[in-house]
Amino acid sequence: MVSCRCAETVLNMRSALVSAETLQLTLKPEAPRLEEQALTLQSSGWDKETGKHGNEDLKEMLESNKESLKLEAMKRVVGLIAKGKNASELFPAVVKNVASKNIELKKLVYVYLVRYAEEQQDLALLSISTFQRALKDPNQLIRASALRVLSSIRVPIIVPIMMLAIKEAAADLSPYVRKTSAHAIQKLYSLDPDQKEQLIEVIEKLLKDKSTLVAGSVVMAFEEVCPDRIDLIHKNYRKLCNLLVDVEEWGQVVIISMLTRYARTQFTSPWKEGFMFDDNEKTFYDSDAEEKKDQEETKPYTMDPDHRLLLRNTKPLLQSRNTAVVMAVAQLYWHLAPKQEVCIVTKSLVRLLRSHREVQFIVLQNIATMTIQRKGMFEPYMKSFYVRSTDATHIKTLKLEILTNLANEANISTILREFQTYVKSQDKEFAAATIQAIGRCATNISEVTDTCLNGLVLLLSNRDETVVAESVVVIKKLLQTQPTQHSDIIRHMAKLFDSITVSMARASILWLIGEYCERVPKIAPDVLRKMAKSFTAEDDIVKLQTVNLAAKLYLTNSKQTKLLTQYILNLGKYDQNYDIRDRTRFIRQLIVPSEKSGALNKYARRILLASKPAPVLESAFKDRERFQLGSLSHSLNSKANGYHELSDWPAVAPDQSVRNVDVIEPVKERAPALGKTRKNKSQDKFYSDEEDENEEEEEEGSESSESSSSSSEESCSESEEEEESEKSSGDSGKNSSSSEESDDSEQEEKKKAKQKKSKASADSGSDENGNGPVGHDSCSSAESSSESGSDSEDDSADSPPPQKKNANKSQSKVVMDNSKNQVSLLDLDDFSPVPVNTSQSSVLSPSLMSDLEGLSLSNMSPTLQVTSPTFSPVKTHELLHHMSGKGLSATYHFPRQPCLYQPSMVSVQLTLTNHSDQILEEIHVGERSPAGLSIHCFNTIERLQPEASVTVSMGIDFSDSTQAANFQLCTKEDQFNVSIQPGVGELLTPCTMTQQDFSKEQGKLMGMNETSATLSVSTAISSAHAVSNQVLSVANVGVVSSGSVSR
Amino acid sequence: MLYIKTVGAIFFRFTYGLTLYDGIYFCLRVHRSAGGSSVALLPFWRQCWQSAAEMIHSLFLINPTGDVFLEKHWKSVISRSVCDYFFEAREKAVTPENVAPVLQTPHHYLISIYRGKLFFLSVVQTEVSPLFVIEFLHRVADTFQDYFGECSETIINDNMVVVYELLEEMLDNGFPLATESSVLKELIKPPNILRSVVNTLTGGSNVGSSLPTSHLSTIPWRRNGVKYTHNEAYFDVIEEIDAIVDKSGMTVFAEIQGVVEACVRLSGMPDLTLSFVNPRLLDDVSFHPCVRFKRWESERVLSFIPPDGNFTLMTYHVSSQNLVSIPVYVKQNISFFDSGSSGRMDITVGPKQTMGKTVEGLSVTIHMPKSVLTVDLTATQGNYTYDLTAKVLVWDIGKLNPQKLPTLQGSLSIQAGVPKPVENPSLNIDLKIEQLAISGIKVSRLDLFGEKYKTFKGVKYVTKAGNFQVRT
Repeated sequence: MVSCRCAETVLNMRSALVSAETLQLTLKPEAPRLEEQALTLQSSGWDKETGKHGNEDLKEMLESNKESLKLEAMKRVVGLIAKGKNASELFPAVVKNVASKNIELKKLVYVYLVRYAEEQQDLALLSISTFQRALKDPNQLIRASALRVLSSIRVPIIVPIMMLAIKEAAADLSPYVRKTSAHAIQKLYSLDPDQKEQLIEVIEKLLKDKSTLVAGSVVMAFEEVCPDRIDLIHKNYRKLCNLLVDVEEWGQVVIISMLTRYARTQFTSPWKEGFMFDDNEKTFYDSDAEEKKDQEETKPYTMDPDHRLLLRNTKPLLQSRNTAVVMAVAQLYWHLAPKQEVCIVTKSLVRLLRSHREVQFIVLQNIATMTIQRKGMFEPYMKSFYVRSTDATHIKTLKLEILTNLANEANISTILREFQTYVKSQDKEFAAATIQAIGRCATNISEVTDTCLNGLVLLLSNRDETVVAESVVVIKKLLQTQPTQHSDIIRHMAKLFDSITVSMARASILWLIGEYCERVPKIAPDVLRKMAKSFTAEDDIVKLQTVNLAAKLYLTNSKQTKLLTQYILNLGKYDQNYDIRDRTRFIRQLIVPSEKSGALNKYARRILLASKPAPVLESAFKDRERFQLGSLSHSLNSKANGYHELSDWPAVAPDQSVRNVDVIEPVKERAPALGKTRKNKSQDKFYSDEEDENEEEEEEGSESSESSSSSSEESCSESEEEEESEKSSGDSGKNSSSSEESDDSEQEEKKKAKQKKSKASADSGSDENGNGPVGHDSCSSAESSSESGSDSEDDSADSPPPQKKNANKSQSKVVMDNSKNQVSLLDLDDFSPVPVNTSQSSVLSPSLMSDLEGLSLSNMSPTLQVTSPTFSPVKTHELLHHMSGKGLSATYHFPRQPCLYQPSMVSVQLTLTNHSDQILEEIHVGERSPAGLSIHCFNTIERLQPEASVTVSMGIDFSDSTQAANFQLCTKEDQFNVSIQPGVGELLTPCTMTQQDFSKEQGKLMGMNETSATLSVSTAISSAHAVSNQVLSVANVGVVSSGSVSR
Repeated sequence: MLYIKTVGAIFFRFTYGLTLYDGIYFCLRVHRSAGGSSVALLPFWRQCWQSAAEMIHSLFLINPTGDVFLEKHWKSVISRSVCDYFFEAREKAVTPENVAPVLQTPHHYLISIYRGKLFFLSVVQTEVSPLFVIEFLHRVADTFQDYFGECSETIINDNMVVVYELLEEMLDNGFPLATESSVLKELIKPPNILRSVVNTLTGGSNVGSSLPTSHLSTIPWRRNGVKYTHNEAYFDVIEEIDAIVDKSGMTVFAEIQGVVEACVRLSGMPDLTLSFVNPRLLDDVSFHPCVRFKRWESERVLSFIPPDGNFTLMTYHVSSQNLVSIPVYVKQNISFFDSGSSGRMDITVGPKQTMGKTVEGLSVTIHMPKSVLTVDLTATQGNYTYDLTAKVLVWDIGKLNPQKLPTLQGSLSIQAGVPKPVENPSLNIDLKIEQLAISGIKVSRLDLFGEKYKTFKGVKYVTKAGNFQVRT
């Protein structure tokens, strides 16, 4: 189908060609002389050296009036530039056209200017005013390109102009122009580094930019101008993380690498302690064991949420089509992620191996480094690294390297079989590398050492010299590790000696024979004899080893070899190479006893025949670890210009709150409504809160967990105590707020302040226990959570035994309160699934957030905290019977949560049910009495189907009186008068306070605030209650409580 | 005097790195040009600092004969003599493919790619992700391909001005600016004979005068105001089998890599959803930036606003648990005789698991050992050619007929006096099977949202041999 379409376009093209030709034919006679000349010049070929004449010609064309001629001339000038030819003498003629209206001509002039302005600075200044004008152009493309060219003209005189232009462009409405200004920053910086400070200001401003277009460029500028000013990133960190997916791909690469650096300075290591030191062991041990270790160690470690955010937001980019982005993410994970998470990059990296040859090369290099440390990562993909005969040599070698790194007991047989194919490769360089690889496998995996050695010995009979030579070298190394059993191999190699011509291999054999001359006592002197014959014709390296062999034999078998040795030493003495002369002189002094020879003579044997440590065959990529993956330095294995080393993790994380963005919001808009700001804040603060929590956890460690788990009964009872204490103080607070102060705004401000303080602890509470809300609907859960915060604070602040007593006692209070309700008011059904006085409640209560906790506590001491109701004694009361409500029935209950809408309100939940057989429409709250009664109504219910019911919540301010709230419940057609009467118990909000605070608050409660009527009843019942009785009998706590009761 | 100061400055630079100097040092810069050399005096500190900032400094295009035929500098000019280091490496390498992509010279780093017989050589001076540069260079080559239909020396020379304009737009100060084809095409119109004629007549240009709107939007890959009379969306699911088969016919390694190429010509801003019958098959995927990754994660559907025209929607890898069916088998027997400096070759290709489809476009490529001088073969089907210099034997078979299996047999003559080759050459198989995705992946439906017009949709499946090698 595709090919069909292609054919069509080809046809079209052809017809177009034909028509174009005819057109050109008709054009020709009209064309002016100059143009004709241009055409002939062009046809004569661009490659022709353009002499003076050609340039004169161009000058003429540029100065003509015809736009088309100028354009033609400029095209040829650009052609000259592209060819690297000099066109600088045309500068005056070209620069005149900078103000041309023809946009293509203009662009070509720009190209010219950028190329030559540096050389013709004075003339270049002529064009500046044009750019300055263009900077004000309404077209953003023109503004941007003017800035681009202006900043590309490397003329130091215009630095102030550039600075001004950059500053203006940085505030441009068009993100494209802002992007250009970010680029211009780098240019100006390279032109005049003195501007650094001012440029940093611009960078700081642009970093706050929310456009994805700008992000990449400004981070690039940051990296080049002030990579050390990490403080500029703090506030933008989260924004950058979140924008990352939408930034264009090139920007992503830059941002990811910057964030990698940032994270390494700001977060603590997610790896186990001392990771850097046991690298060596890692290559030998299974990665599984390592991971297990990891998990054990990471237990006390909690990752910074910002750290996690970065990892989470970069993960999707592994699916990018841009290989550079994938690599950037891979290195980020490698350097930042916990060890067990790094594996997710494996697949993507293997995918890149399908890409272009050059990409393969870089990716394989990085995989090679990775496999040294963690072979488990790539082991499942081993077959992807199998070499193909068509691969380029450097790719083959890298694949081989990786396969060798991946080799272990389990897969070695597969790998060796694969290697066998490679040894036969036509590419000799590669075959030699394979033999080296076999040697490495043999040393690393002891099970196969013998197999490998035998295989290598077989290769000694290979026809190819390089293969044999390489085998000898590798065998030499292998034998060194276990020389005892292998004298027959040495003998075999000695026999091969004559046929081997590669000097390195000959030298290796000589060394072997010398080293183990006592194992081959018959052969060794014979080899030396042969060497004495051919000594002069050998390579230097062979000569040196011959001298060594001679010396060793002299010491072990001087009877047979004395003369030979002396002969060789004499030859060496007059060798052309000074190394050999030196060595000969040294050896002679060392081994031949004479009066001149010093004390060393005695030790000659020990010096020469000392047992040598076996060479370690290790990866050539071992030392690349020091470089950041994916970097140029890593690829070259040497530090590139401008390479910044990745810093080690800090032992202690720097202040994490610096990344909170609530203080300085880049957006200018100030939220007008208090409520709104609060909401924003809570969102913004979300992470930081967790941080705080983490910090706390890290510091306190076991402490917090201890306190939370210390005793369920304790925390449970505490919360109840709070409820109790709140009864008094909360009550007073409400009274005073409504009667005395009545200044709402002030009150709210206080609340806010309070809330801020308490929020951290509240959130921490939720995280510690990790439990969600109980079983309430969302509204109530929020509320209960708000109260829960106090609990945790209490825990951390002080959880002393006296409190416990208090608690126990107050618990009874609550119970009696409850029972009081039962007496004086209506029956309460237990709505909550949580049973009273169970350990669960303590777990649940601190588990939720407490945005609202301050609300009911306007003027209490800061230690006061609202507590969640330990149980929700929900009794439903009938508000409207369906008979009187024409089918509409309503029941209500007090969910005992602080009201969402206003602190002084009591929250009430209404359940509306339609018992009629028609749809009820527009159910809402109508008139209310007393007139001042403030009710937060539920939203109008548009329609209620027959037999359907709906639960809504509302807030009613009872003004701390038990006076009934009367209002109308309206449907579309009817109004029904209803009233809600609260019990005293429902008006209270539970809260915790210290004993001192309690008495202080109590002291404030005078006259007006005292409510006594029902409480005596409750006392009676409570005293009847066994538990509470017991509590009351315990010491002075009773006094306080009785005081509160008697208020 | 001047000279001494320069030397001093260089000394300073190396000892103290990039510290600022009070005095201004000058250095000589000699411009080699046709009209003799001109000497310019430049403050030394500028030379120092120029090295500290940019990603891609310069680009050189080098043709197969080793001539620089285009150079572009995004910062100050770097003499093309820097390429000498590259030429040196090129000399050493046996084939152009063997040149290392990253080279180090005393003052610069050279990162190159080899595409269409041309080297794209970029010069960088500071630390940069090498893949960043490589990926960009490939993007440049892709753009040329996109604009001119091919990427060769002649075509680049013919369109030198457009090429230069493109390079100017693609990089700013060494950092990629606009690489998205849709944006570039609005900035610089692709050459078109009709338009160039019109431009000569009217003095118009092929350079856009306003910023492409898509450049600013979150979907830079699509321009606004696309209009077609026939709205169509075609998808080609192309799968490639990568395999290594050993001497005995055993599969050493096999996997399937797939790619979904799209040709979408739809008006307006269509929002497409492409879903598969069996998305579980897809193991590892990479997407065009237009694909919404979240939707893929959650629903395993491709939801995207497509670019206009041809593009690669996704590439995928089929999970390795699935057994890969190998469509053909090869029986081969290549042997070199110890005496008489000759060898024998006998190759037969037959169908294996073709799912009832015909294998087409079958060809076998053999890289012979260097010592094989000539071949004397007969093919029962198709033709063979032997490139004497590159030592490559290509047997073009065409359609595979299961009834009459194609064979190629005959003798090879080897250079006298050279030891016989150790290893037999491996065979690279190329083939094509239409109407079949070998993994069994199937597109279930394509839905169009956001626009209300009739769309012609089509999906085509093709299986090809990717890197399919038979060892002998």
